[in-house]
Amino acid sequence: MEFELNFAPVFASYELLLQGAWMTIQLSASAMAIGLVLAVLGAWAKTSGPNFLRGVVSGYVEIIRNTPFLVQIFFIYFGLPSLGLKLDPYSAALLAMVINVGAYATEIIRAGIESIHKGQLEAGYALGLKPRQNFRYVVLKPALRTVYPALTSQFIFLMLTSSVVSVISAGDLTAVGSTIGSQTFASFEVYFVITAMYFVMSIGFSSLFSVIERAAFRYPSNR
Amino acid sequence: MLRSFGWNEIWFIVTAIQWTLILSAIAFGGGALGGLLIALSRVSRTSVLRHAAQGFIRVFQGTPLLLQLFVIFFGLNAFGIVVQPLTAASIALTLHASAFLGEIWRGCIEAVPKSQSEASWSMGLSYRDRMRYVVLPQAARIGVAPTVGFLVQLLKETSLASIIGFVEITRAGQIISNVTFEPFKVFSLVAALYFVLCWPLTLLARRMERRFALSGRS
Repeated sequence: MEFELNFAPVFASYELLLQGAWMTIQLSASAMAIGLVLAVLGAWAKTSGPNFLRGVVSGYVEIIRNTPFLVQIFFIYFGLPSLGLKLDPYSAALLAMVINVGAYATEIIRAGIESIHKGQLEAGYALGLKPRQNFRYVVLKPALRTVYPALTSQFIFLMLTSSVVSVISAGDLTAVGSTIGSQTFASFEVYFVITAMYFVMSIGFSSLFSVIERAAFRYPSNR
Repeated sequence: MLRSFGWNEIWFIVTAIQWTLILSAIAFGGGALGGLLIALSRVSRTSVLRHAAQGFIRVFQGTPLLLQLFVIFFGLNAFGIVVQPLTAASIALTLHASAFLGEIWRGCIEAVPKSQSEASWSMGLSYRDRMRYVVLPQAARIGVAPTVGFLVQLLKETSLASIIGFVEITRAGQIISNVTFEPFKVFSLVAALYFVLCWPLTLLARRMERRFALSGRS
């Protein structure tokens, strides 16, 4: 018996694949941007917020981190309509990704904030900074530098995990691949090419992030 | 006719836990073996081994698990080897876990002070004895907490096997959701089941991490 691999239909639809890749990058970048805002608020609430808010944020973080992303998507896309919130696949995917990455990033930023020495904070107050200024300049900025590597690997992880949103046909790279695969019966070939595309994307982003790191955080650290 | 979401339906999902656990156990067992080999190769003195292990880790950490699952499932079928979803999922998750555990454990091995391995070298211990009696036991102590943390990740990731048709908790939930049309209740239950499995492990990992951080300071 002979088995022939047929990559022709895959390369014939390269435009669709590139569009899918762009969609994946766009989804991941938007989710990361909104998720970071959520995470900064969450980290603030967890470290210096009122007690009840601390509890709410902890609950959110624990629930998201201890359930699979796939189930979170199903819950948002199929479950929420019965509460009257009906989303199209793209919005559902984006919402699921924001909620998911928000929880992980909250923990990362919280750890970064807790790495700031208490004396530094007191020095900020002694210099007459208001609590909000103190949080922004003394805590947040140095903390961001500390957490930068963790956040960038979280972004790459998010981009890879975003392949899961293809289950609700959100138009991302994997969803495009599934469509091509079922039209051409060349599933293996399509998925193989797509895997390589994700690989290139993650290598590309991690090089980009390390260039940025070298440029942005060049000033000497105190360690 | 629609079925109602009653005890039979709940029971169907709850009993599917066993398949999630079986798949997790296979992937964790296989991944532990593979991960040990990868970690030892990464710290090996043979550069070919080091580079091969690093390439393996890069590929599996740089591509989506879902695609790894698809490539193995559809790939084996394309080459005429018919595999059950459980087999494909076991292979993919084992390779995936090997890469992640390999990288975690490499860090732990490198965290053991170099003087330990130099001392055992000067005492004339062979490579095998040095790893077995000196380096690995100390690395294991450092590695327990992150390993349990990874186990949580792996448990959650077995849900992806549902996409190639393996009936574990998530797939069981989808099936029941389709016949009862109660997705909200069904996926709340599914999420709660995962939470019950994962949360104790998360807490355990956190406690061990804290205890290690305290004991490591002295």
